[in-house]
Amino acid sequence: MKKAGGKTALKRSKEEDEEQNQIFNFNRKPADEDKDDDLSDSEDSVYSGLEDSGSDSEEEEGSDDDEEEGSDDDEEEGSDDNDDKMKEKKEGEVSEEKKKHEYEHDSSDEEDIRNTVGNIPMEWYKDFPHIGYNLDGKKIYKPIRNKDELDDFLDKMENPEYWRTVHDKQTGSDVVLSDDQVELVNRLQRGQFGDVNFNECEPMVEFFSSDVMIHPVTNRPADKRSFIPSLTEKEKVSKLVHAIKMGWIKPRRVEDDGRGRYYNLWASEDSSILARHKMHLPAPKIPLPGHHESYNPPPEYLFTDEERALWEQQDPADRKLPFVPRKYSSLRQVPAFSQFIHERFERCLDLYLCPRQRKMRVNVNPEDLIPQLPKPKDLQPFPTTRSLVYRGHSGLVRSISVSPSGQWLASGSDDGSVRFWEVCSSRCMKTVQVGGAVKSVAWNPNPSVCLLAVALDSVVLILSPSLADKQVILSSERLLSAQQEGEEPAEGNGSVVWSEAEGEELNQGLRLKIQHPKAVHQVVWHAKGDYLASVMPDNTSHLQVYIHQLSRRRSQNPFSRNKGLVQCISFHPIRPYFFVATQRSIRIYNLVKQEMTKKLQTNSKWISSMAVHPGGDHVICGSYDCKLSWFDLDLSTKPYKMLRHHKKAVRGVAYHRLYPLFASASDDGSVIVCHGTVYNDLLQNPLIVPVKVLRGHVMTHDLGVLDVTFHPTQPWVFSSGADATICLFT
Amino acid sequence: MGGLQKKKFERGSATNYITRNRARKKLQLSLPDFRRLCILKGIYPHEPKHKKKVNKGSTAPRTFYLLKDIRFLLHEPIVGKFREYKIFVRKLKKAYGKTEWSAVERLRENKPTYKLDHIIKERYPTFIDALRDIDDALCMCFLFSTFARTGKCHVQTIQLCRRLTVEWMNYVIASRSLRKVFLSIKGIYYQAEVMGQLITWVVPYQFSHDHPVDVDYRVMATFTELYTTLLGFVSFRLYSSLNLVYPPKVSWTKLSALSASLARVVSSADEEEAQLDQFPSEGEDMEKMEAREKELKQQEAQKKLFEGLKFYLNREVPRESLAFVIRCFGGQVSWDKSVCIGSTYDVTDETITHQIIDRPSVGKQYYIQPQWLYDCVNAKILLPVEDYFLGVTLPPHLSPFVEEKEGDYVPPEKLKMMALQRGEKPGNEQEEDEEEEEEEGEQEEEEEQEEDDNGDEEDDEEESLHVKVTPGKLKVENKARLEQEEKAEEKRLAIMMMKKKEKYLYDKIMFGKKRKVREANKLAAKRKAHDDSEKEKKKKARK
Repeated sequence: MKKAGGKTALKRSKEEDEEQNQIFNFNRKPADEDKDDDLSDSEDSVYSGLEDSGSDSEEEEGSDDDEEEGSDDDEEEGSDDNDDKMKEKKEGEVSEEKKKHEYEHDSSDEEDIRNTVGNIPMEWYKDFPHIGYNLDGKKIYKPIRNKDELDDFLDKMENPEYWRTVHDKQTGSDVVLSDDQVELVNRLQRGQFGDVNFNECEPMVEFFSSDVMIHPVTNRPADKRSFIPSLTEKEKVSKLVHAIKMGWIKPRRVEDDGRGRYYNLWASEDSSILARHKMHLPAPKIPLPGHHESYNPPPEYLFTDEERALWEQQDPADRKLPFVPRKYSSLRQVPAFSQFIHERFERCLDLYLCPRQRKMRVNVNPEDLIPQLPKPKDLQPFPTTRSLVYRGHSGLVRSISVSPSGQWLASGSDDGSVRFWEVCSSRCMKTVQVGGAVKSVAWNPNPSVCLLAVALDSVVLILSPSLADKQVILSSERLLSAQQEGEEPAEGNGSVVWSEAEGEELNQGLRLKIQHPKAVHQVVWHAKGDYLASVMPDNTSHLQVYIHQLSRRRSQNPFSRNKGLVQCISFHPIRPYFFVATQRSIRIYNLVKQEMTKKLQTNSKWISSMAVHPGGDHVICGSYDCKLSWFDLDLSTKPYKMLRHHKKAVRGVAYHRLYPLFASASDDGSVIVCHGTVYNDLLQNPLIVPVKVLRGHVMTHDLGVLDVTFHPTQPWVFSSGADATICLFT
Repeated sequence: MGGLQKKKFERGSATNYITRNRARKKLQLSLPDFRRLCILKGIYPHEPKHKKKVNKGSTAPRTFYLLKDIRFLLHEPIVGKFREYKIFVRKLKKAYGKTEWSAVERLRENKPTYKLDHIIKERYPTFIDALRDIDDALCMCFLFSTFARTGKCHVQTIQLCRRLTVEWMNYVIASRSLRKVFLSIKGIYYQAEVMGQLITWVVPYQFSHDHPVDVDYRVMATFTELYTTLLGFVSFRLYSSLNLVYPPKVSWTKLSALSASLARVVSSADEEEAQLDQFPSEGEDMEKMEAREKELKQQEAQKKLFEGLKFYLNREVPRESLAFVIRCFGGQVSWDKSVCIGSTYDVTDETITHQIIDRPSVGKQYYIQPQWLYDCVNAKILLPVEDYFLGVTLPPHLSPFVEEKEGDYVPPEKLKMMALQRGEKPGNEQEEDEEEEEEEGEQEEEEEQEEDDNGDEEDDEEESLHVKVTPGKLKVENKARLEQEEKAEEKRLAIMMMKKKEKYLYDKIMFGKKRKVREANKLAAKRKAHDDSEKEKKKKARK
């Protein structure tokens, strides 16, 4: 009746049959209805198909109205025609039992009526003599129980009912079980149902089976709504239709199995794409492995300990091999290569990230690069071997000079002496102590006089070594004393003082002293032998160069302005030109016109020395940055040729007066002799061929050869070194 | 001075290049998509000649692409597919977020896909182009086919790679085009000659991979996508060139075990060797022709190297590699049933000629170590098996890819092998070698002595400067030597006169040459030291 809200079809059909019930239960209805209202909706939907079984309602009825049931049950039995057999049977049994005893199945009244204490733990009465109260409120006393162990034992031995006697805690008395009760206990112990008549192995009746029955499970007619088109569904469908129309939902894709299926792609090879393809650079292939990579390489390819250490130290990018060669005695011992995936990945990166470029590889035969020069053999004579060594100085020899006759050699050294040597015998003819490190010596180029200019500290000395014919000595003496008879030296500029040597110095050959305001570095003669020029390098003043006239004992400073630190100077051999080398350039002055005619750019950092070709049209210039530059004055102010033959600073350069030779001396201890032919034809460039590298000096204090000069007539070259020797190469 | 002012960077090389970011924006693609596109289309950056000009005066490091390339990419249909995929992912995410499972399912069914056929055709207009570039594809597929299902890439990709590699190997077996094999510490290199193209690939040893962290698998996967497509089409063409159907109809298990030969569609006529036609020729051409003929003959002989031999592989040797090599040269091969299916005969077979085994030691067949096979292939002859028995120290395994030029170092093993190829006997050779070595040693010593003498002479000269005149010794002047020295000096002097530019180039070339010589000498010295120590050990052992 719970669902009696009258909503289900079944209930309605049943209503007539159950009118009585409804009447009986009328008083309870309101309460029920409340419940029904709550549940109605959900139950309706959930149980709609199952209610017809009717089992729920009936059992509920049974439990709800126990008292009145007695007569109703039978009636209902008849009315419920669609109850299955099993149900009926059960129902029947229950009703029979009910008739036997009213309280048979009532669990709440099962307790012993003799003790009315209630359902409480009996320990509570443990210390009392009674165990409860009867209906009249009188105490029910515990049966006197004075059996001890012995009595118990005797009882066990003698009483045949002992095994079925059970102590009832509730009443405190012993109860002897009946046969039925013993049977029940046994069945329960065996795990069987207590009821003897219950058949556990009854065949199962499949209620919902796969078989289609001829009758419906429920006889309910179909809902009305199943015949009416649903509005919500219509809404949904129209939404989908709209979405398909708008292209939001695409029709299911046709299964495309073209992917992963291969065919002859190059069936028709058309050349249309080839135009673009011409520019394509295919990626270079991976270099093939060498013997190094073998799992069992020849022993020489394995790393030694040092190589291994070096490999480990190196940056991975610098390593020659990206792996360490290893040797395994058999194939089964070869492990996996840990970098394999890495290498493949690197290759992938190279393929799509590396810029590609066509590189033209020049296949040059190195021999073809070497210029074809005339053979040195064909360019003889030139000095080839060291034939004489002049020893005697104790300091480094800064400067050497050969007499115009070629018989004598003068050298000035840091030990404060000037020595005169005979060239052919290497004998030291004369030693003059000048008292100071000699910077420069220069022999008067005029063969009719025999004079030597020596530069030391701030003095230029003129020596007359008297190593010549009497005639020559006399003429030189005359030259020195010429102006004494004339007027007194007109001191235009008081900074330079001429004085004559006296006493001991005179005996040594010293004739004149020209006192300069500053330290003199170089002294050179004019070709005629009357003028000499001296250099006092000083960056701050214009007083750097003096030109002295010997015959008139006059000095003058040709320059009024400072153009930079003067390194060295030189007279033009024929014309009245004067070469001044500053730190980076060479200026050529016309002494007659008193103007600068040319300025040569040497392209070197610091000029060390300079020499003028005897023809006067060419200049060579050595520099401290290892370069030797050859200038063709007619051609350009830039060097015609730069020669980088030396490994270290070039200290001295020299031209030969007669032969087409020039030499350069350097700190690396070598003198390089080159052939330098100058043609009269202006169109033909000079031919420069290095012909010999001469070595002979020992390096001392990182200095090698300091000065070099040619013999005036023979193809010989002299060189003075830091090892205090002078060498002659012939 | 009329006219408009010229603006900078609006003409010339600045307009020919485009930076990566600008290219990306022009294509409206994300960086990963752009990368994928570049990989698939084979577009690579270009290094402009004047970077600063192209970079509009800035010197920041940038990657440049040719503008033409990017324009070319604009018309690529696959770009649209990328965008579609992007949209698909977005929709899917949305559907997931809304827990609309039906929508998710519908979207999944309509997942956009793309095909790379047209790209392959475009990148490789002819089949030969494709073959030339197949090296990397093979390497990559072989690597991917060894991956475990660890989620580094799709399982389908791994399976596809495995299928393609097995098909490739079967093609090589069927066409007998394998030429060289090399066991390196990285893996096994194979070189095959297919349609005149030398194709080299490397297969890693069969171990599980230790996946590195700093590798971007997406890049590799994109490459693999392209390579699998390429390899598939190439395989199709190659199979059809052999009159075989593709994909092969033989069962997959047999195919993958490399034990079944591919069924021929038509009994092919290529069994008959193509005879080289004789052309009337003269002089040099004749010589060349003869050389070529000889080479061809040698190749034919190599193809039948293992014919008639029956191999049995023990379980510890790399089965696939060995089976592949043996079958490539016409040998029969089998293995234990438990190793892999597809074994054709048992160990107990009486007709087995060689058993490949790789154990410390075991006792009518030759039990030989696997290296013998690979060395035979590279030497193109059957090498004596004695050196490859069990428990024997194996002779070194040399790389067949090295071709020594004049002046390069040649390991003695290679010389021996070359002698064997010429048909000389090995035993005598060794002795001769030793003798030669000894002779060489003597010569060297002599030279050294001479050098010492020279030094002494120089010393003497210097000393004689101090000392007074002593009776002079007659100097025997070696004319040839003097001449040589003279020439050397001439050359030195001429080198001094070289122009700066040429000198630089010359120095560079000479440096390279000298380095080569130095390396060769170093290797030779190392070898000698090793041999000497070995000899000493032997002597000690004898005593």
